[in-house]
Amino acid sequence: MHKECDGMKLAYAKPSLMNDVPMHYCPGCSHGLVHKLVAEIIGEMGVEERTVGICPVGCAVFAYRYIDIDWIEAAHGRAPACASAVKRMWPDRLVFTYQGDGDLACIGTGETIQALNRGENIAIIFINNAIYGMTGGQMAPTTLMGQKTSTCPYGRQADLHGFPLHITDIAATLEGTCYVTRQAVNNVPNINRAKRAIRRAFQNSIDGKGASMVEIVATCSAGWKMTPVQAGRWMQENMFPYYPLGDLKATDMEE
Amino acid sequence: MMDEEREILLLKGNEAIAHAAIRYGCDGFFGYPITPQSEVLETLAALKPWETTGMVVLQSESEVASINMVYAGGATGKCVMTSSSSPGVALMQEGISYMAACEIPGLVVSVQRGGPGLGTIQPSQSDYWQAVYGGGNGDYRVIVLAPDSVQEMADCVGKAFDMMFKWRMPVMILSDGAIGQMMERVVLPSFRPRRTEEEIARQCPWAVNGLGLRGRRANFMSSLEMDALEMERRNRHMQEKYKRIEGQEVLFEEYFTEDADLLLVAYGIAARICKGAVGLLRGKGIKAGLLRPRTLWPFPERRLGQMSSSLGQMLVVEFSEGQMVRDVRCAVEGRCPVHFFGHSGGVMTSPEEVADEACRILGKSNEMVNIASW
Repeated sequence: MHKECDGMKLAYAKPSLMNDVPMHYCPGCSHGLVHKLVAEIIGEMGVEERTVGICPVGCAVFAYRYIDIDWIEAAHGRAPACASAVKRMWPDRLVFTYQGDGDLACIGTGETIQALNRGENIAIIFINNAIYGMTGGQMAPTTLMGQKTSTCPYGRQADLHGFPLHITDIAATLEGTCYVTRQAVNNVPNINRAKRAIRRAFQNSIDGKGASMVEIVATCSAGWKMTPVQAGRWMQENMFPYYPLGDLKATDMEE
Repeated sequence: MMDEEREILLLKGNEAIAHAAIRYGCDGFFGYPITPQSEVLETLAALKPWETTGMVVLQSESEVASINMVYAGGATGKCVMTSSSSPGVALMQEGISYMAACEIPGLVVSVQRGGPGLGTIQPSQSDYWQAVYGGGNGDYRVIVLAPDSVQEMADCVGKAFDMMFKWRMPVMILSDGAIGQMMERVVLPSFRPRRTEEEIARQCPWAVNGLGLRGRRANFMSSLEMDALEMERRNRHMQEKYKRIEGQEVLFEEYFTEDADLLLVAYGIAARICKGAVGLLRGKGIKAGLLRPRTLWPFPERRLGQMSSSLGQMLVVEFSEGQMVRDVRCAVEGRCPVHFFGHSGGVMTSPEEVADEACRILGKSNEMVNIASW
């Protein structure tokens, strides 16, 4: 199918680990891109036969349909506990979780911090779109001040709802983490940077260097009630100043 | 040579669980401290099985995390377990439901204390409903084993490991603070080696552990099903399995039941006390016997139903305000009177008190013989 024609080179192919099934993600959502990166990286690393992914409750609940590796569907928030057990049972496996902000930073805060702080040799991919997407756009732990959602329809305000949780910053302070970074997939350079970050986190899991966390600041056009273009712009103007991109901790490269 | 590895020790029930787990080839224990079962984790930590059999021992951050570690560890085909006590087991109910839904093997040891709420740290049997009927959502069952001695604590671990893989479901050992804390002579089994990756691949082709063991076919574990008909099909499949278990796995002990007019029904520590009461009553010329369920689900309802036709009365003795007694009444279907006697909140009873109650029910003199003269 991807034969090279005369004078032409194959520039791009769908990752072989992406299944040929319709995706349930909305137009403009970042999940599809991150899924593609995960499938691409596992394929490039050649570790698909010794990888276990843990999917969350939330929009990525069906991740097991899309990426052709072994998956465990965790109860809401419990993915890091599940990943801890899998990695300790099968120490040579690549073990990662793929979680949203509600799953990771709200109902699963305890499991997230404890697994990271134990230095479990797992990678956590954290999709932060500042909203509960799957249930229809409710306030999330990472919802910005003033941001309107269906459960804070007049905007998030401190006296009613408290403050956005900087869970990734907390992760960077924990002794068990070796690599904590915040990325985005809103343009090609950022996609490439995010890919390198996820690959590094996966390699850390295989090498047993400790816990890694890759936050992806992401869009939820449906939850935000915006067009995909509007959502991309809103993310850059509002999310990036509050959740700045870049590495928060990188002790994995130290000897 | 195998027999040389057997060992006779004086152990607490909780310690016996830990020794047996290592010897029966457990791959991983995930637990959180709670009285009166903390000796399970403490004993494992002291025995350091990761240096001998390779068994993993992890103190988790909560019972919620423990059961989800068991869920995921079991999903990979490994032989995993946790232990806790009443409020902790309450926190595990969601995970147990997920394990049942995904048909994941795993062992939960419940060393009961008095409830409800934070309750007491004294022994109790008030979590019969929690164990047998569960607090998780959905139509599911858990096989529940009920040891009455330190020896049975150890034996039940091996039996639970076999059953959980045979039936692909969670199994619970329902013990209590008395059996967990009391010390008895126990014969520990010889070491059963942990399964190799190849053995796990053969035994658990469904397991989620990376594809390397089986070639290119991805497995996934999920209880999510958006199609109502498919969800019902999954439920019906589990119900059929449960029917087969009810036909094959019922265990109970009968004690002086051949000629009994009065049948005591009790499990666990209450059954130990009731055996003393049977002796006292027999000494007074009362034909008392005991039926001790060793599995609480599946429940020996057929045997109780048979016995109810020829018996005068039954007396169910529990350390609760009356939980198992409902299952006994269901089995008996009104064919004979079923009485209840119990204490709760950590209050124990004695053979004398049970015998007194039996005499009161029978309308006879409750003059007691001295247990020493019997």
